[in-house]
Amino acid sequence: MQGGPVSGGGAQPIYLTLLTFAPLLGMLAILCIPKAKKEVIRTVAAAATLLPLVISIFLYVQDWNGTGPSHGQAGMRFVEKHGWIDSFHIEYFLGMDGISAPIILLSCLLFFIAVFSSWTINKGVKGYFALLCLLEVGVNGCFLSLDFFLFYVFWELMLLPMYFLIGIWGGPRREYAAIKFFLYTLAGSVLMLVALVAIYLQSGGLESGTFNILQLQELMKSGALQEGAPSLLGMDFQTWTFWFLFLGFAVKIPIVPLHTWLPDAHVEAPTAISVILAGILLKLGAYGMMRINFPLGTALMEPGSGTTIAIGVIGMVSIVYGAFVAMAQTDFKRLVAYSSVSHMGFVILGFAALNDMGMNGAAAQLFNHGTSSAMMFLIVGVVYDRVHHRNLNDFGGLGLKMPYYSGLATVGLFAALGLPGLANFVSEIMILIGAFNAPHTQWMAVVSVIGIVIGAAYILWTIQRVFLGKLNPKYEEITDIDGREAFCQIPFAALCVLFGVAPFLLLDVFRDSIKSLVTFLTVAGG
Amino acid sequence: MRFDWGTFGDTEVQMMIWILLLPLIGFTIQIFVGNKLPRRGDWVPTAAIGGSLVLALSLFVRAIKMHKPDLLVHTAHPEGASVADTNGLAINWLTSASPDGNFVFAFLFDNITAVMLVVVTLVSFLVHVFSIGYMHGDKRYNRFFAHLGLFSFSMIGLVLSANFLFLLIFWELVGLCSYLLIGYYFEKESAANACKKAFLTCRVGDTLMLIGMLLIWKHTGTFDFVEIFDQVAKATAANGGAPPDWCLTAGILVFCGPIGKSAQFPLHIWLPDAMEGPTPVSALIHAATMVVAGVFLVARMFPYYMFVPDAMLVIALFGAVTAIFAATIGITQWDIKKVLAYSTVSQLGFMVAALGCGSLSAGFFHLMTHAWFKACLFLGSGSVIHGMHHHQDMRQMGGLRHKMPVTYWCMLLSTCAIAGVPLFSGFYSKDAIIAATLDPHAGFQGVAGWEQAGEGFLWSLPSLLIPIAALMTAFYMFRLIFLTFHGEPKSEHAEQAHESPWTMTLPLVVLGTLGVFGAAPWILDFDFMGHDIWFNHVVTNPTFDAAAGVIAYPAVVPEHHHSWLPVIISLIVAGSGILLAFSFYKWKRFSPEKAAKKWGSLYRWCFNKYYVDEFVLKVVVRPLVFTWNVWCAAFDKFVIDGLVNGVGRTGKQLADGSGWADKNIVDGFVNAMAFMTQIFGAIARIFQTGFLQHYLTVLAGGAAAGTAIFYFFL
Repeated sequence: MQGGPVSGGGAQPIYLTLLTFAPLLGMLAILCIPKAKKEVIRTVAAAATLLPLVISIFLYVQDWNGTGPSHGQAGMRFVEKHGWIDSFHIEYFLGMDGISAPIILLSCLLFFIAVFSSWTINKGVKGYFALLCLLEVGVNGCFLSLDFFLFYVFWELMLLPMYFLIGIWGGPRREYAAIKFFLYTLAGSVLMLVALVAIYLQSGGLESGTFNILQLQELMKSGALQEGAPSLLGMDFQTWTFWFLFLGFAVKIPIVPLHTWLPDAHVEAPTAISVILAGILLKLGAYGMMRINFPLGTALMEPGSGTTIAIGVIGMVSIVYGAFVAMAQTDFKRLVAYSSVSHMGFVILGFAALNDMGMNGAAAQLFNHGTSSAMMFLIVGVVYDRVHHRNLNDFGGLGLKMPYYSGLATVGLFAALGLPGLANFVSEIMILIGAFNAPHTQWMAVVSVIGIVIGAAYILWTIQRVFLGKLNPKYEEITDIDGREAFCQIPFAALCVLFGVAPFLLLDVFRDSIKSLVTFLTVAGG
Repeated sequence: MRFDWGTFGDTEVQMMIWILLLPLIGFTIQIFVGNKLPRRGDWVPTAAIGGSLVLALSLFVRAIKMHKPDLLVHTAHPEGASVADTNGLAINWLTSASPDGNFVFAFLFDNITAVMLVVVTLVSFLVHVFSIGYMHGDKRYNRFFAHLGLFSFSMIGLVLSANFLFLLIFWELVGLCSYLLIGYYFEKESAANACKKAFLTCRVGDTLMLIGMLLIWKHTGTFDFVEIFDQVAKATAANGGAPPDWCLTAGILVFCGPIGKSAQFPLHIWLPDAMEGPTPVSALIHAATMVVAGVFLVARMFPYYMFVPDAMLVIALFGAVTAIFAATIGITQWDIKKVLAYSTVSQLGFMVAALGCGSLSAGFFHLMTHAWFKACLFLGSGSVIHGMHHHQDMRQMGGLRHKMPVTYWCMLLSTCAIAGVPLFSGFYSKDAIIAATLDPHAGFQGVAGWEQAGEGFLWSLPSLLIPIAALMTAFYMFRLIFLTFHGEPKSEHAEQAHESPWTMTLPLVVLGTLGVFGAAPWILDFDFMGHDIWFNHVVTNPTFDAAAGVIAYPAVVPEHHHSWLPVIISLIVAGSGILLAFSFYKWKRFSPEKAAKKWGSLYRWCFNKYYVDEFVLKVVVRPLVFTWNVWCAAFDKFVIDGLVNGVGRTGKQLADGSGWADKNIVDGFVNAMAFMTQIFGAIARIFQTGFLQHYLTVLAGGAAAGTAIFYFFL
């Protein structure tokens, strides 16, 4: 976050532009293909999502072994910066650091898998895959934008395809769910927009203002934005913009009590959209907090301040409350949705700890929850495709008929349970260590372990109700997982194992960027 | 650090790596391709664990032969050498932690590790062999062996970990294997319930342990065992001999893990249910190895616990209460495996009590001898159950000694061992435990608080309860033998019973032999072993040099001043227990039925396991279910979502309201406009006649008028 001139002149790399807009080309191509050629459409979508995946793997590896270009502005690599709307000082400004690199990789992987997971969709194939590609543009753009206005454009760009993907291809209550999703997110966006405009005007407005996130953070930290700034509801400028942004992002995570759109959206969305929703859209909220929200509120992010305590309590409540509500669900998908609320609560708790350990754990939890929740929704999808319901009390004994499926599912579910050796354990224990070591979040860490016990309970109870016990005679004819479905799940299972056994492969990438973030937040001056 | 690189070096570390990796390799092969291999791959994990066994035995002999109670190998901290200089194993796991080095995967090897490795690999290997016969023809045969392999790997990792975090990881992994293997017959509802119960019960203990670990990390900044001990020692010395305040809390919290894993009261409830698993699993996981992980952890943390006598007292009390509590239940059970399960709980109580009373060697010694004879008993019961066509009720057995002679003799010998018949291995270890409970303050030198330890009612409680539990042990074990093997066959299954194949009887013979001789003075041919067991010469308590603030490990075990009191007590309790069993079940002097009637309510409490399960269900589970169903889920549905929908509805009503306004006011205005337009239109229509010449006339007239206006007025 430390400012400074953009490194070097000369030609700027175009990796990030390619990463963001390759799916847009895919979308345009799909729109030109006749509706009837479904296989071609699917293949094009696969290709359009494969390209960003390849690039993101390449960039990740470069970041991991340090062979990429040296870090430019504020630790950003592969920076692209061009004027866009000059009269408002809006720039096309993309960059990637250690925080975004793994998450971008996750995003690209999720979209690639989502294409294969949606292979059997037959209704409106053309529109579906076109919207899916457009969604990826929005998501990737958000993760890479360093210009607040550009970020906001991508942020809103995501909303539209998501609304239609749920509202058209969803389940029976899809319209209710889609509208609920849309309104919740829109409410968050409005708060964000207000803060965005206020900060921009305060930074100099039309004459000398900027949307450059990194510069704004420096200005905010130095107190330059505070002079003569409007207060609201008795809060000074930094405080109210901080909370507006926080609420805007928190809806997306989601925190309790802003979470009830999530179960409905998940239950109604088709499998692939659930995968994307849980796997990456929820991460955007937390990412936005790390990238934009917290660095714009350094005065509030003092360890032990009321703000950090409030954030910690939000995290703790989400963990415990989400787990308890998950326990009561009989709909498989609803249960997984509430487990997401619980697991994302850990991220918030890690933020509140405000130390290296907690913040690293939170970032790792973003990635690890992405893989494990994606896998859980794929698991639900497999069984839903076969029996067309998700009532947990109406399964039973599927392990007998579907041995491969139950084997894979066990990996995913145990990852979500936080079993050591699988990835989620690493991030959750780091968050707990971090939170326990910060005096202001210590008791929250202790309370949050209740979530771990209840988490084990609902996962094991789910396994029992679906896979164990006598085979429900209705499912005598049920078939085991097929090649395509296995192909969708194996990458996630592999990542769960890989980052569970060798977490340094992930943490090495996060380390430096997280360190500079924590330093920026907690060390005065800078 | 106590480290002798000359005798214990790189080769040994390499051996440890392979001991750990072989079962993992076996598991990996078995889980992916096992079913396609000949014999469904059973030989892959068996050979792997066999390899580990050979290496472990070799390490064991090397370690024991050195006669060094202070042997300690820490691969991340070899003395005077950085990690890079040796082939020491040290993997920096969580690189983002600061400072680095707190989360290093490394091995810690000392004499208790050497013993544990042999216990784990030997029992595991024998159980693999036994399972080839016992599980023959099972439809998930290949998966069974894969899980066994994974278990062996995890258990070995647990034993070797030099770092609490990795111990926790393997700790949970053995829990996973236990879950998978208890639920092996998952079609059965009872098995499905039992595996869930086991995992969750242990998890309750584990999370409390986790909080204890976090507390330790907070104050020492490390999870490395040796460093934790060093720091606590330094802090204690700096504190004038008293440990820092947090040590007691952390110590008790950490002990919650063993309460769950080692089935101590009140978290013991999962272990009897765990008998739903196949019998070889019960022998391996729920008798000989996994359940003693908790005991092992307390032993591993001994240099920590010695600073907090109060925590040790808590440990001792939990152990003693568990020992007698489970023994009383064991007396009343009919299911052969349930008797053994409660016996295991009780024996674990013995070990924990011994450790709590400050004797590392007594507790750990019993861990080892118990592994031999209890594994033998469980495998023997497996053989019986196999012979009885999977009937487990002892009331249907009887007279099996002629039909299954090998099983009978092995089980009888092991029963003698567990009952504490002199010269059998269990006699020595139980004698050591009774001695430890009688004299708890003898354990540590130089540690503040231990001089007073052993005084007062609470400290004397173990010495009271443990001998009674030992008496009951002798009684219920011989009861089992008489009911199962003596008398007349009580069902046709018992009449048709047959001896098991050699793959099943061979492990019995090996374990039975170890149960008899495992503790014998001459077993390892030490010249100094005139009268004492070898174990006491390799495992001993650490001591504390309060002035320097360092933990010292004696290079030679201090001379035991042998007291006859514990020997006499153990002889009396074992003898009277066995005599009682004889008079009840062999000579029929007393009738068990009448005794049960006479002490009716006591019998019912014992038979129903003191209603602990029912209590947990009513007081813990039901309120929790109510919480999540009503307080949380309903709150979510009706309050939060109700609020959201309410806002939505209000919004819609506002929209409807504005819609009404739109329709009646705005639209009204618009409509009024339209109406006016219509009127004007109607008027205009008068002029619209449809005749071209009229239009043209008007056009021409208009044009003329316009031109005139243009010219004359502008």
